[in-house]
Amino acid sequence: MFRKTLMAAAAVFALGNTAQAATEITWWHAMDGALGGVVDQITADFNASQSEYHLVAVNKGGYEDTMTAGIAAFRAKNQPNIIQIFDAGAATIINAKGAVKPVQDLLEENNVKFDINDYIPGVRYFYADSDGKMIGMPFNSSTPLLYYNKEALAKAGVDVPKTWEEFEAAAPKLKEAGYTALAQSHSPWIFFENFMSRHNLQMATANNGYDSTDVKILYNNDALKDHWQHVKDWKDAGYYGYYGRAWGANQDAFVQQQVAMWIGSSGSFGGLRKSAQFDFGTSTLPYWKGVGDAPKSTFIGGASLFAFSGHSAEQDAGVAAFFQFLTKPETQYYWHKETGYVPITNAAYELAKKDGYYKESPDAEVGILQLSEEGGEWTKGYRLGFYVQIREVIYREVDKIMNGEETVDAAFNTIEEEANGLLKRFNDTYSN
Amino acid sequence: MKRVQFEHSAVPYLFVAPQILIISIFFLWPAAQAVYQSFLLEDAFGMSSQFVWFRNFEDVLSSSSWTRSAVFTVVFSVLVAVISITLSLFLAVRADEVIRGAKSYRTMLMWGYAIAPPVAGLLGNMMFNPLMGDLYKAFNSFGFEFNHIQNANDATFVVILIAVWKQVSVNFIFFLSGLQGIPKSVQEAATLDCKSAERRFWTITFPLLAPTTFFLLVINLTYAFFETFGIIDVSTKGSPGGATATLVYKVYVDGFIGADLGGSSAQSVLLMIMVSVLTVFQFRFIERKVHY
Repeated sequence: MFRKTLMAAAAVFALGNTAQAATEITWWHAMDGALGGVVDQITADFNASQSEYHLVAVNKGGYEDTMTAGIAAFRAKNQPNIIQIFDAGAATIINAKGAVKPVQDLLEENNVKFDINDYIPGVRYFYADSDGKMIGMPFNSSTPLLYYNKEALAKAGVDVPKTWEEFEAAAPKLKEAGYTALAQSHSPWIFFENFMSRHNLQMATANNGYDSTDVKILYNNDALKDHWQHVKDWKDAGYYGYYGRAWGANQDAFVQQQVAMWIGSSGSFGGLRKSAQFDFGTSTLPYWKGVGDAPKSTFIGGASLFAFSGHSAEQDAGVAAFFQFLTKPETQYYWHKETGYVPITNAAYELAKKDGYYKESPDAEVGILQLSEEGGEWTKGYRLGFYVQIREVIYREVDKIMNGEETVDAAFNTIEEEANGLLKRFNDTYSN
Repeated sequence: MKRVQFEHSAVPYLFVAPQILIISIFFLWPAAQAVYQSFLLEDAFGMSSQFVWFRNFEDVLSSSSWTRSAVFTVVFSVLVAVISITLSLFLAVRADEVIRGAKSYRTMLMWGYAIAPPVAGLLGNMMFNPLMGDLYKAFNSFGFEFNHIQNANDATFVVILIAVWKQVSVNFIFFLSGLQGIPKSVQEAATLDCKSAERRFWTITFPLLAPTTFFLLVINLTYAFFETFGIIDVSTKGSPGGATATLVYKVYVDGFIGADLGGSSAQSVLLMIMVSVLTVFQFRFIERKVHY
């Protein structure tokens, strides 16, 4: 840390000597470990690419820490220029009127060409307002994918299931071969939010919450309840491993080959390649053939970058310049390759294809293919307040379904009731 | 009218001033802020806010998860305090009797004191990891169907175990020094009068340790209420089904992760009230039985 600060300071001095003091802009982000290294590289590349602005990227811990730090800084009128906010926290920052400058306005004011159709369909409107104006710049975007242990599936003599019906047929064979068929790492994201998107089901009233904060959740529906009844039955039959709510515990079960298939994030790909001592492949998120017709595209997960308001025009111009740099195909391709997050623009995707990246590692393309699948009315995203707490409620009730403390019906009634209570609180807080 | 007045010097005030200042800045002011916030509905970034009287308290008190958490906190705190005090008293008495290698025994028993709660939580987490945890495997090989991931009682057991383990060494240090503060002459006189070591303990040693025990009771309850946060955050995160979420953990989840300032302020005000009541109770009813 100290060395980094020292180096940053040295860099500032060096720049100060050559150019007339560059405008400094700060970026608070939640990318640590290997991801943080990639962020630092992108920052250094941006600083080397021009001399007008100097970007300082600071890791503030995880997603929640970063958001909390941003809130505290904003209240103290000491906010950074750019902050990374995760999907579930988007409603909090977007609905705080005037806290951020819409990225589309920011870019257009600074004469950066902007066309929302340059972005791939899955990320295009997720951080936009109800009129389709982009508020947050999509950054690290991922989607849930099925990872499978090739050897395990071969031993059981089954193919990768595309649908849950196929999964039900394969699970007993995998059990016979000595594996728990499936685990997944994020119940709210994978088996709630993306379940709705995959089956083109409406997630909340008021256009999934984009049109208003006065909104009710629509989780308490037969398709979703039926799915969870199946999950519970699979667990009781030994086809589904439930290792609690922790992401890592479920992933470890797959890495240690107790579980044959695991649903995680497309962003998990790079890490798995290092930790898994076996040959694995990726596939799309399974869907129920019996629900709806064709599978639809999934939501993105991950986070986006917001430009805090209250800065000078000069600094805002620097933010615009950085966003322009960040969305360049080369930058996106580099980010995609290093991290496993999907490229967010069509041009970057084309570049990756042209470069032959997917020939060399076809699994890296599954995520973006899934996000590019046909969209439906309800696949562009959701905007729900206090959604972080709603996810907590879901985690809690899923625990209760899994340990038999509650029936699926009772758990979903609680989810509906508590989620609507939270949404009402949010509406009362933010609507005036 | 003539008033009787003592000569006051400013010096004592000068001496307490830094302490008062610290308490004001780091306790009174934030506490007042929390009380103020608990009456507001305010968006996280402070762009708009409205005064809503007791709405936040109503929302908190009517939520089943808060009630569950409150009950858990009380049960958890009492169990952690009682078990860790009992255990460390036993260990201290035993260690006090050791003649050969006394120092190494004592040092070993004090070691845990140096461990931060999140680290203790992490250690516990590893030992109870379903895939590689030794304790997890041991319990299951004895025939318990132990599964703290899904069973609320098992999860409670795990967090209590970690919290107690972490606290025993702290209590041990205090009890050991308490024991060594008991005059040798008293002990020798007691030995002449009574042969039963157990009886001597309950009639002589324990009453003389009462001030220490009372002090530790207060400290341990505070520990279980507040400082176990790190353990819970690292080990169970309040799961399964919110069964191991203490009130402090809930304040953190709603306020810091969820950005609901009014709701979590209301929760912390309620927590403040609970702890005040508890402290008053301890000093009024339990301290009476303590002889210094």
